[in-house]
Amino acid sequence: MRKSTLFLSYIALMTALASASLLHARARGRSDLPRLQRNADLVRRLELTDLCLFTEAQYTRHPAVTVLHTPFQDHPLSFEHFPSGSLSGPPPRRASHE
Amino acid sequence: MSRLEKQRNILDYTLSSLLRRKGKNAALTLVFTLVVFMVASAVLFAQAVRREASLVLKDTPEIIVQRTVAGRQGLVPEAYVERIAAIRGVSAVRGRLWGYYFDDAFGGANYTLMVPDAFPYEPGTIVVGGEVARNSRTRVDNLLPFKAHDGTVRGYRIGEILPTESALVSADLILMTEPDFRSLFGIPAAEVTDIVLSVRNPQEIATIAHKIAALLPDTRPIVRDEILRTYDAVFAWRAGLLLAILAGSVAAFIIFAWDRATGLSAEERREIGILKAVGWETGDVLTMKFWEGAVVSLSSFLAGIALAYAHVFFASATLFEPVIKGWSVLYPDFRLTPSVNAPEMAALFFITVVPYTVATIVPSWRAATIDPDAVMRF
Repeated sequence: MRKSTLFLSYIALMTALASASLLHARARGRSDLPRLQRNADLVRRLELTDLCLFTEAQYTRHPAVTVLHTPFQDHPLSFEHFPSGSLSGPPPRRASHE
Repeated sequence: MSRLEKQRNILDYTLSSLLRRKGKNAALTLVFTLVVFMVASAVLFAQAVRREASLVLKDTPEIIVQRTVAGRQGLVPEAYVERIAAIRGVSAVRGRLWGYYFDDAFGGANYTLMVPDAFPYEPGTIVVGGEVARNSRTRVDNLLPFKAHDGTVRGYRIGEILPTESALVSADLILMTEPDFRSLFGIPAAEVTDIVLSVRNPQEIATIAHKIAALLPDTRPIVRDEILRTYDAVFAWRAGLLLAILAGSVAAFIIFAWDRATGLSAEERREIGILKAVGWETGDVLTMKFWEGAVVSLSSFLAGIALAYAHVFFASATLFEPVIKGWSVLYPDFRLTPSVNAPEMAALFFITVVPYTVATIVPSWRAATIDPDAVMRF
């Protein structure tokens, strides 16, 4: 078999896989809707504000409602020392009503 | 010979040429695939988290009012609830009780303790998130001990464990009654952690927030839109996790481009010289070099994307777990809903495949336009 046939077959296969992943994403998006809705109900019922992604420190657990300067209150010249505090960007600038 | 057949012949030759240097090209393809895999994994993960956050947190409280005392968040007097309720346009106001508990008895985990508005159990009974139960190795009806503010140890019966499917919002939660919460932390009866409220007309949320800030100057209102935008900011393209991964990848691409753009190896120059000597035209040489770049970059791109998709959505982004987990003791076992953003994937294609292919052609063009004899002697 010609090498170009093998290569083009590989590209065709990978492109088909990429298309299949788009279809998979759409199908999972539909099948996951009930789960997402149940989680949204839980958020409404318990009045939650954040995803439970970074549990290592109080101010990284609830980035949406945390006090912005918390990590630097421990002592003068203190650095951010929790890994997720360094990885996550700062929350959007608070509106002027603050 | 048809144009298609000519291209296939050139492609055949290009693949044979690449296979002659299979060690170098295999390493190049592997590194390229890894770079695309890392960037695509981060992009897919961030996109999926942002989408999950926007869907799940869409019903988060419309306004949260915190109180700041001497630069720190302080407890809010319950009297503030009535003052906020008197603002025109506010429909429901409630004082929330919640806080954190550092559990050094079970590996130093941080729990989030909350008092829900409606709690179906008696005092002494709690509801816990799946990770809390797993970390403390407890089941329903077991007692979970807590060290109270006065130094005494109190045990609470686990009445229910929240379902695993809600781990992304509830993994570290502990729900309890108001009397249990107040006695555990020693919080006076007339104070709450913060205040949540809803507004009759969503268009007026910002106006109400301004009114609250004016009425109670020591408070900080946080509106729902800011909460939703937090996850866009945390997982944005230009910040945090993505920036850390992109910085490494960009450096890798600069090395690739530098290696290519600074010229061809002596062997590659000789090859071009021989091809021109046996009758190949400059255009054919450039086509061959285009295919060479395209073979490496396109196969790496497609493989990297496929592996990234499998990594994020079938293997729960296992490689990112240590990064996100950091020093956390509790880490939710969550499954993200796939979300593929075509423009982001297209951008990834244009910053990986196109520059590499161009960087392959440019130095070859220089070698292909000079006399074959000179190229071979060089």
